Amino acid sequence: MALTPPENPHWWREPLHRMEIGWITIAFLWGLFMFGVMVYWHINGEQNLSNEAYRVNPDVYGEKVEAFAEKYTVRTEGKTEIPVVKPPPGSDIYMLGRLWEWWPILELQKDQTYRLHLSSMDWQHGFSLQPTNINLQVHPKYEMVVTLKPTKSGEFGVVCNEFCGIGHHTMLGKIYVVDK
Amino acid sequence: MIAKEKFRVCPDTGFKVFDTTEKLIKINAVVAVVFLAVGGLFGLLVALTRWPAVHLLPADLFYLVLTAHGADVLLFWIVFFEVAVLYFAGSVLLNVRLAAPRWAWAAFILMLVGAVMANVAVLQGESSVMFTSYVPMRVAPHFYLGLILFAVGALVAMFVFFGTLVIAKEEKTYEGSVPLVTFGAIVAAIIAVYTIASGAIILIPTLLWSLDLVADIDSVMYKLVWWGMGHSSQQINMATQVSIWYCIAAMVLGAKPLSEKVSRGAFLLYIVFLQLASAHHLLVEPGISSEWKVFNTSYALYLAVLGSMIHGMSIPGAVECAQRRRGFNEGMFGWLRKAPWGNPAFSGMALSVVLFGILGGITGVVLGAEQLNIIMHNTLYVPGHFHGTVVAGTTLAFMAITYLVVPLIFRREIIWPKVAQWQPYLFGLGVTGISLFMMGAGTLGVSRRHWDMAFTDAPLNFDVPPAAFLMMGLNGISAVIASIGGIMFILVIVGTILFGKKRGEDACRTNPVILPGGGATVMAAGSEGTLKLPGTIALVSVFFAAFVLYYFVNWKYLSEVWPLS
Repeated sequence: MALTPPENPHWWREPLHRMEIGWITIAFLWGLFMFGVMVYWHINGEQNLSNEAYRVNPDVYGEKVEAFAEKYTVRTEGKTEIPVVKPPPGSDIYMLGRLWEWWPILELQKDQTYRLHLSSMDWQHGFSLQPTNINLQVHPKYEMVVTLKPTKSGEFGVVCNEFCGIGHHTMLGKIYVVDK
Repeated sequence: MIAKEKFRVCPDTGFKVFDTTEKLIKINAVVAVVFLAVGGLFGLLVALTRWPAVHLLPADLFYLVLTAHGADVLLFWIVFFEVAVLYFAGSVLLNVRLAAPRWAWAAFILMLVGAVMANVAVLQGESSVMFTSYVPMRVAPHFYLGLILFAVGALVAMFVFFGTLVIAKEEKTYEGSVPLVTFGAIVAAIIAVYTIASGAIILIPTLLWSLDLVADIDSVMYKLVWWGMGHSSQQINMATQVSIWYCIAAMVLGAKPLSEKVSRGAFLLYIVFLQLASAHHLLVEPGISSEWKVFNTSYALYLAVLGSMIHGMSIPGAVECAQRRRGFNEGMFGWLRKAPWGNPAFSGMALSVVLFGILGGITGVVLGAEQLNIIMHNTLYVPGHFHGTVVAGTTLAFMAITYLVVPLIFRREIIWPKVAQWQPYLFGLGVTGISLFMMGAGTLGVSRRHWDMAFTDAPLNFDVPPAAFLMMGLNGISAVIASIGGIMFILVIVGTILFGKKRGEDACRTNPVILPGGGATVMAAGSEGTLKLPGTIALVSVFFAAFVLYYFVNWKYLSEVWPLS
């Protein structure tokens, strides 16, 4: 019994029940399969994160994003006049997270690819693109680069989903996707 | 001197219960239940605030209460209770006195001081950083110090347990190998040692950093090592709760593991592979390679998941086997229908196994698949998953065994047996709702740890799908149901300890809570001699089908997301 020492002192020599052998085999193979799926998806799947990331000083990153925004701003929006930035397809695009905003707003073209750079100026933030539901962790001092291709046009929210202090729930950004 | 150690022989089980062991089990269990009550109340406040129609607390209090909820129930309730379980599995089951009782008391005091200190730090309002306290967010130094003291205390308790094993071996208080439940407890304690080591490695420099003695803590490295504690500590829960499943099945039904070899082997897989799970929290972080993520997140080819799937078969298998031996042989599920569903220890255990496997286990594997994490990370799906593991699994299992601990160790008869009888069902129902509705809202993109899904005060606006608001309302209702279940538990247990009738010497005959003779085995032969177990095969097949189906559904979801590379 489970509360007393095994009656058979040589319990490790007891043969296994057929059901046990069957289930262990199935569970083991299923594990191998699930492992294989992740590898397979890296080869043939379309949703994978790149391994591209750089160490970066937040101030330097901030300057890069400012320069990027200045170059491609098409209009401003909201009470705080956040620039809406429309970079050319295929280019490097930048967004930063800080207490408590995602900056700037991006305007992208449908079915075009962009290299999105993300980093934080202060604490950790969570880049949560909704409603498409892409979630990435954004760290200070790390510049992450992800190539993405919007496949739907419309207005997308960038929610912060990593707790970042008392204004966390007001931290919201935006990405517009327009047809060509 | 050794002979002078006082003990009594339990009239129900025949085990020796030493005085010091008994006191320490009682005090650790009582404090655990107090933290459950406090932390559970915080949890209710969290759920009522996230219920959009109620939106109870202001933002600052919400984040404060959420931090306290995490620390109190995920850490303090569970670890205090685990210490009680370890002392039981070491000292009582091996019929030996507890090693170094003074150290055991010191461990208890350190843990209590640490837990209270961390709570004070949070309630003072300067440490509302969530239980994970990710750098570079800074909090009051005594928050970290409280956690460190608590961890050191827990470590001391682990060594008291190991010492007890050594004494039992030296004095030959048992024959052959340790019982399976003790084996599981040893696994839990070994995992606890490196878990607590991870905690110390990261929390000590972070404490120094909060005092400006260390210049910088890398935020990715912090998460890697912090989750070496945070996730591995869930594996302590796993090992403990699986031991409790075996323990309850043995006590209530006389169930014997189908095969000692298989069950112990499955436990060993935990020791070797579980600590890789820190990777589950780093799947969408910058600066970590995909190869590292894929290998670690799968616990090296899902070998720890294999361990859990094995227990998932061997627990119902043992129950079916015991029931059939006792004559409940009718059809495929006659044994299940005739199981003691009115006994809260059994029903709590059964619900814990099923809910843990389906709500917690399957979703955990899905959440932990590298690419699938992209569509779930930090959404409410995550707490949905771990309320399935830690609340429906661990907490329900701990509640279930409490219904045996109180009569056997506290020697009191449960007051209000009817309330006790319904409690696991109500709590299980509530937690199931919490888990499912949070996962539903998470799938719709709602963020965890977030005060306002309507973004009322944000400079921009964003509309969350209306279905998500409905989910959060249902989550709130479920939390109320679970809280009623929790309150019933606290009332019955505290009421029994304070006012319950003393359990007499002959109560094992007049009012048995376990099989006479301590659940003396109803099966003699080894596994090859066991009966056919069609019911277990059917249950496991249903589980596996659900697993496979759900796994593929999520890859389908992922394939519809914007291409990323």
